[in-house]
Amino acid sequence: MLRNKERLLTLLLISPSVLAIAVFVYGFIGWTARVSVSRWRGLLPDYTFVGLANFARIFGSHRFQINMWNITVFTVLFIAGCLLLGLLLAILLDQRPRREGIFRSIYLFPMAISFIVTGVVWRWLLNPATVIDRLTGLNLLFHEAGLGFLVNVWHMHPRFGMAAIALAGVWQMSGFTMALYLAGMRSIPEPLLEAARVDGADKVQIYRRIIIPLLRPITLSAVVILGHISLKLFDLVMAISAEGGKGFSVDVPAMNMWFTTFRAMRFGQGAALAMFLLLLVSVLAVPYLIYSIRKEAQL
Amino acid sequence: MLRKTLVLLMVAGLLVGFSGMAEVERDPDLQGTLEIVNWWTAGGEAEALAALFSVFSEWHPRVSVINSTIAGGAGIGARAVLISRILGGVPPGTFQVHAGRGTIDPHVIPGHMEPVTFLYEEEGWVDVFPQALLDMLRFEGEFWSVPVNIHRSNVLWYNKGVFAEHGLNPPTTFAEFFAAAEVLQTAGVIPLALGETWTVVHLFETVLLAALGPDAYIGLWNGDTDWGAPEVTAALEYFDRMLNYVNQDFAALSWDEAAGLVVDGTAAMNIMGDWAHGYFMGRGWTPGVDYGWVPVPGSGGAFQALSDSFGLPKGAPDRHVVVAWLRMIGSREGQDAFNPIKGSIPARVDADRTLYDAYLLSAMDDFARDAIVPSMMHGAAASPAWMHDIIEAVSFFAADRDVVVLQRALVNAAADAL
Repeated sequence: MLRNKERLLTLLLISPSVLAIAVFVYGFIGWTARVSVSRWRGLLPDYTFVGLANFARIFGSHRFQINMWNITVFTVLFIAGCLLLGLLLAILLDQRPRREGIFRSIYLFPMAISFIVTGVVWRWLLNPATVIDRLTGLNLLFHEAGLGFLVNVWHMHPRFGMAAIALAGVWQMSGFTMALYLAGMRSIPEPLLEAARVDGADKVQIYRRIIIPLLRPITLSAVVILGHISLKLFDLVMAISAEGGKGFSVDVPAMNMWFTTFRAMRFGQGAALAMFLLLLVSVLAVPYLIYSIRKEAQL
Repeated sequence: MLRKTLVLLMVAGLLVGFSGMAEVERDPDLQGTLEIVNWWTAGGEAEALAALFSVFSEWHPRVSVINSTIAGGAGIGARAVLISRILGGVPPGTFQVHAGRGTIDPHVIPGHMEPVTFLYEEEGWVDVFPQALLDMLRFEGEFWSVPVNIHRSNVLWYNKGVFAEHGLNPPTTFAEFFAAAEVLQTAGVIPLALGETWTVVHLFETVLLAALGPDAYIGLWNGDTDWGAPEVTAALEYFDRMLNYVNQDFAALSWDEAAGLVVDGTAAMNIMGDWAHGYFMGRGWTPGVDYGWVPVPGSGGAFQALSDSFGLPKGAPDRHVVVAWLRMIGSREGQDAFNPIKGSIPARVDADRTLYDAYLLSAMDDFARDAIVPSMMHGAAASPAWMHDIIEAVSFFAADRDVVVLQRALVNAAADAL
């Protein structure tokens, strides 16, 4: 009896959020899927079924191919940068320097800022003027420091403009991976390290053979979290270059979707782009979910 | 005798008509709420809108006004909100919209606007708006929005000091432009300041007008001019050549940062709409002394216009209040309150000239005399989808500079849109 009552109460308590998620997340995903196979152009909804015509059109467009290249460059550099820098910072802090808390906060702070703010600041830093008397931002810094050969056009580079955006992204998110890694390192049982030391392992060996291998699940989580941020990237690029750089050098799928939907008002194609993005993120998220559910079951 | 009586009666009728009109316009008892969606957030714009509000509240003190301002490049943010409001069946009272195709394609054709032709007739606007502007606003024999201002897009601004230093005259033809640009570039001055993608498209449309002339330019937008024609190729080649004389970091600058290069003397010229005039004055420059202006080389005698207007959505709450607002913004008093502050000229040709500065007076003279053609980049000539395709094509071109590819993309965009 009591058990039934408890169950009823539980259902009652979770039902508002279940309902909200059902409507506002899954309901709208379903609706977007429906729109993505419709002819809808212009303001009036037109649900005439056109099959995969919208997908065919976006996949065939030059801009979309650039989008895919750009997002690949960004994702690889962003994740690699965050993992390496995050690990390095975590190892340094793991040496327990004096005032560790202050350093931890300094590295973590950029994460508290929104991508828009980061974008506005980096828009100044990444000013692509390379003519001597018009240098500003990082280019000016390089020039003044005698590193003139490093002066470059940043996000206006036709092939690797995204690397400049990744720089801003890594600046913001590497503190987050540091926090993950540091927490992981601190949770490794001391006797394990003690045993290694007794066996005569030095610091480098302890990190290489024990700590880093034990951090593998954390790396996996970090890759999934950073990966979905990078695939859905929108605000950072929007703030650095609202029109996607020069000749779409830093245009990304989410921006293409926004302009296709709200400037061109091609709702069908916009929805198709959105569905494609969802698919892309699912490729990353679904295996991770399956993995973590299985692990929970094991426990 | 009979004739005299008739004349008297007509005069009396006119008087009655006038007083009747005045009553409709200023009604201290008119009640309701007016919500206005717009994207005027910058200094100057926001103040000009406030000036309109104060005229309105003087006329109709009991109407409460809700100013729903949504910031974001050329109204894209406001439009996203507007779309969901209209689709959701809760349109605002009225909203800012680009006059011409910018109103017709997204709003009139889907059928959620009410024609406002009755206002044009009652207020006599058909006589005080220029014919070419009326042509731009008319669709299927009806008018669909009320223009509050006119901006000109084909203006070349130049730094008078830099021009004097190099012994140059403002260019009026492409040949003169390229000659001057060559001199400036040799002297280490950036000939033409340019900004991010939309300003490149802005330059592009002014070059199209200059190279094709007003008639063929208008033909581009109604299908009379073939986008694949050799004349268009020639125009694209001019555009290509002009891009040899711009600042190399153009894609990273906003329009005002680009205009700022002219103020600094780093660059000599800038092709931008006449909102740049307000920017130059804001930087402490005196028109005619520090900076001058001419039509974009080759486009003299043509006035490439864009206009902000307001319409009447179907199902607008408190329709009578919206109508009162539209009457006010089309009136001489409303337009003369708004435009001197916004830095634009009135759509009416009977404005009070004492309120406007030297640049605006010259623009008013040109507006009354020149061939008026619609601007594409600012929503007057083409549907949003067509505009989107052109922006994409020009953006690619700015990076790869392939005229053949650009023209093919433009032909495809036109085929898709027409």
